[in-house]
Amino acid sequence: MSGPSTYVPGSAFERWLDQRLPIMRLAHDSFLAFPTPRNLNYWYTFGGILSFALVVQIVTGIVLAMHYVPSISGAFASVQRIERDVPFGWLVQNIHSVGASMFFLAVYIHMLRGLYYGSYKAPREILWILGVVIYLLMMATAFMGYVLPWGQMSFWGATVITNLFSAIPVVGDPIKLWLLGGFATDNATLNRFFSLHYLLPFMIFGVVVLHIWALHVPGNNNPLGVDVKSPADTVPFHPYYTVKDAFAMAVFVLLFAAFVFYAPDSLGHPDNLIPANPLVTPAEIVPEWYLLPFYAILRAIPDKLGGVLAMFGSIGVLFILPWLDTSKVRSMRFRPLARWGFVLFVGVCLALGWCGGQLPDKAVYQSGRYVQTFEYRTAAGAIATGAISARTSAELERRAHAEEARIGAAMITMHASVAPFQIKVVQLSQMLTLYYFGFFLLLLPILGLIERPGRVPDTIAKAVLKDAATAERSA
Amino acid sequence: MTESAANTHAEGIGSAAEPTRRDFIFIATSATAAVGVAAVAWPLIDQMNPAADTLALASTEIGLDAIELGQESTVLWRGKPVFIRHRTPEEIALAKRDDSLSASMRDPALDADRIRQANGDAGKEEWLVLQASCTHLGCVPTFAAGDYGGWFCPCHGSHYDTAGRIRRGPAPLNLLLAPYVFLSDTVIKIG
Repeated sequence: MSGPSTYVPGSAFERWLDQRLPIMRLAHDSFLAFPTPRNLNYWYTFGGILSFALVVQIVTGIVLAMHYVPSISGAFASVQRIERDVPFGWLVQNIHSVGASMFFLAVYIHMLRGLYYGSYKAPREILWILGVVIYLLMMATAFMGYVLPWGQMSFWGATVITNLFSAIPVVGDPIKLWLLGGFATDNATLNRFFSLHYLLPFMIFGVVVLHIWALHVPGNNNPLGVDVKSPADTVPFHPYYTVKDAFAMAVFVLLFAAFVFYAPDSLGHPDNLIPANPLVTPAEIVPEWYLLPFYAILRAIPDKLGGVLAMFGSIGVLFILPWLDTSKVRSMRFRPLARWGFVLFVGVCLALGWCGGQLPDKAVYQSGRYVQTFEYRTAAGAIATGAISARTSAELERRAHAEEARIGAAMITMHASVAPFQIKVVQLSQMLTLYYFGFFLLLLPILGLIERPGRVPDTIAKAVLKDAATAERSA
Repeated sequence: MTESAANTHAEGIGSAAEPTRRDFIFIATSATAAVGVAAVAWPLIDQMNPAADTLALASTEIGLDAIELGQESTVLWRGKPVFIRHRTPEEIALAKRDDSLSASMRDPALDADRIRQANGDAGKEEWLVLQASCTHLGCVPTFAAGDYGGWFCPCHGSHYDTAGRIRRGPAPLNLLLAPYVFLSDTVIKIG
């Protein structure tokens, strides 16, 4: 796709350099002259946005490490000091913590775009797999970064996640001990997490280089999912996509800045402003929003090992996605059934995220009320029957006490209370988890065989120019 | 001449039929290098295991005087919380009643086994000494919550009874016993 180089050294120095280290030629061919499909839409700007987000995290992270104290006695206070006393520390810290959320927001859009337009299909399997590797590294980095402020959520998040490994038979407990460096989450854990949190972004950077290399071999996919067949299908990356990417990035930075300046803590959990306490678990442990869907999958399976396997499996399945989808058509634009499966999939992921943030026993849907009938002795000595009802079992109990006080007598017979039909968060999570896996393991393999795709255009140029001509006529 | 040259060449790269001395040297060198790499890698991996001073934080002694009937004290042992529960007669009765159901529990155990001391001696019914980490993912359960009169883990909803046995929820095991012995009537040593 890249074809012969079009780089022409502009000066004697550039000519001299080009013969020794052709770095200008590489940059010119990769980011200026690079032939890019002419029909990329704004969903394709998130690759650039993600590179930007990675640089922001690395730069702000290096600054924070200059003030952070990686010890259980100093960590919490040092983060507070950065927020309050260090010059512009509040800004750098807010950018770093909001930046993590922005990074994940962008990566989810980027991944769903790849899913919709079939960007994981041949010849881009390695490109997709490298992307999943980056995503995994991102999750590990984000998790370890969340531990560093050493608040309650940091501590208990670290405890819960490292305990996941103890579900592995036989070697699970030694692995957990090895990860923690002690019998509990402690100083050793915090120190190694700090070390690895500093390392992993550079590993991400390395895989990003491979990711871009793997992208530049076959070139970009595009919303039509049609291969580039002639130079008429492409435009040079600069200025067409440098400008498009820059505009999208500016809009993205607006959102970023809105959070940084107006709601820096809204994406975090207030419990993390309580210093870590190994004796008290917060009433609700929840991960950051971007990990909630996986947390919901973990809790959906009422078995420790099963839950852990399902959670890791939900990411593992992404690695084999290129071979699960049997359809010859890349873009879901031309796949009438798969595109609805995709829409539902996005909805399911959002719903799983919601479930992950709720208590597992909370009722999502309830028909009817809790009812309790009872008998009591009236002042006259007769036996009377009464009934109370309530929306929740706790409320029913309160009402029962209030009722007892009102009638001024003890209930002599309490019949078992009748519970209404309920769908709880955990049951909803189970249904959603089923669809999550069903989408990859059943829907995509089967749809490719039975679905009748729409008419795919022959070339990008034809489709784009026809659209333009139609628009011109109607205008 | 050409034939013998071809033969020599084949010998040089090691034909499948006849491994040469050079093949042997290649394999021996790679094997030595692999062992060397593993030998260097092991210290780098093992350094993450608990250090000697961490392992040495093995035991702690606790006086029971201050824990009133029906109260629970949470102490740290090896950096992890341990419950020392002064059980009421009702709690003991509830635990003993459910002994009859123990065969059908996920992790069958009798109440007497749950209070046994580390040296194998029988414990005292009113003192229950348990590691306070939920066997699911390590949260600290709270007492007097849940459906079995004992502990309830707020993280993922595991219910334990008044002997710390798992009764419902995702946890695979009973709350682990903390290895303890009575040093006197009112002092125990954990670890």
